[in-house]
Amino acid sequence: MAAGKGEDLKLLGLDESPFAARVRMALSVKGVGYEYIVQDLFNKSELLLRSNPVHKKVPVLIHNGNTICESLVIVQYVDEVWAGMGTSILPADPYKRAVARFWAAFIDDKLFPAWVGIMRAATEEERAEKVKETFAAIEHLEKAFVECSNGKAFFGGDSVGYVDLALGCFLFWFGAVHKMFGVEIIDASKSPLLAAWAGRFGETSAAAEVLPEPDKAVEYAMKLRAKRAAAK
Amino acid sequence: MAEGELKLLGTWASVWACRVRLALHLKGLSYEYVEEEIFSNKSELLLKSNPVHKKVPVLIHNGKPVCESRIIVEYIDEAFPAIGPSILPADPYDRAVARFWAAYIDDKLEAEWVRAYRGETEEEKREGRKQMFVAVENLEAAFKELSKGKPFFGGDTTGYLDVMLGGLLSWQLGSEALCGVELYDAARTPLLSAWAQRFGALDAAKAVLPDVGRVVEFAKMRRAQIAAAAEAAAAVATKN
Repeated sequence: MAAGKGEDLKLLGLDESPFAARVRMALSVKGVGYEYIVQDLFNKSELLLRSNPVHKKVPVLIHNGNTICESLVIVQYVDEVWAGMGTSILPADPYKRAVARFWAAFIDDKLFPAWVGIMRAATEEERAEKVKETFAAIEHLEKAFVECSNGKAFFGGDSVGYVDLALGCFLFWFGAVHKMFGVEIIDASKSPLLAAWAGRFGETSAAAEVLPEPDKAVEYAMKLRAKRAAAK
Repeated sequence: MAEGELKLLGTWASVWACRVRLALHLKGLSYEYVEEEIFSNKSELLLKSNPVHKKVPVLIHNGKPVCESRIIVEYIDEAFPAIGPSILPADPYDRAVARFWAAYIDDKLEAEWVRAYRGETEEEKREGRKQMFVAVENLEAAFKELSKGKPFFGGDTTGYLDVMLGGLLSWQLGSEALCGVELYDAARTPLLSAWAQRFGALDAAKAVLPDVGRVVEFAKMRRAQIAAAAEAAAAVATKN
């Protein structure tokens, strides 16, 4: 996508990274153009190492030479800089903003390590423990959906918001976990509201534009596993 | 009252609660403070207000709870724009930088400090010490860049990062007793060492931060409690 007029906007990421997907979907919601520079995390570029020396991770947003790191920080930045464009990502009300930030933090601090743990588990016992933790987190998020959506289609209400992006970026990886381990993280019988939300989210233009097929994530997971085995 | 009803659930030793109290003090906001018996007897109000984590701090504003210290401090800044000074900077890029380092303080500096303080093995504690120094050196560089020669991360006056790091100060000043080594070393991190002294001298710090000696005594007792509980759990596991 070409950079907008007068804007020097680049995003360092890769298709398989859910955190990069978060940012790409935020930029899509805002209708902001940018140069997408795909990174090879097995062979990190000078640009990436220079732009994120502390963490050496994607995503990194480079705006007029300034670098912004950490996906949720970047999403808030995008929302604030392009406040007049597209739809608002965070709500206007301070209390609702605090609630949205709380659930996004929960998604990263509790849900993410749990579902990643399913993939990285060394034993079946460990995997079962991680599956349990994942479902516990999803149960909280099912309640969160009621609280945040207020009967509307998304956590953000009528349009995709902060929590939608925070959770929605994992959907293609949930598909990968299902293919690889037979675990349905968002299961319509256990979390019907989230299952319905996931269907709607997948149909938004942001998700359709950005999220890859679960197969791509499965391939990447295999590649990671091979690299880790070779490193031993 | 313009601010409505503010109630803070906290514990005297909690670094996270200290952050919130510092922010409230700097804004000049009055509030009711409720000391929770966090380890033995969590109140109904706490469990109802933070059902997900059941932790302090929780700020209850006109009956509505806000949880997680970084989120609470941003909330205070946004809910009371006309009262007291701003905590976060105005510019979106400066705000992003502040949020980045706040996350770093929690995810790296504090996490590694805790490892150094109560890692399960000597090796873990050693690794924690090593990594906490990596983190504090990164923060030293951040302070240099952000303060631009002024006394605080926020410039002439305290800002978000001063509050984020300042809330941890009493525990950090106990590092020698708790982690075996001082965290703020004038030779290694001169700017942060000077900042720590400066911050500690502020009225807000004196009003809010607990006595270092008291924290050290409490921390040693907590560490022993946690270790004993872990040993007991391990003993049960091996029996079964």
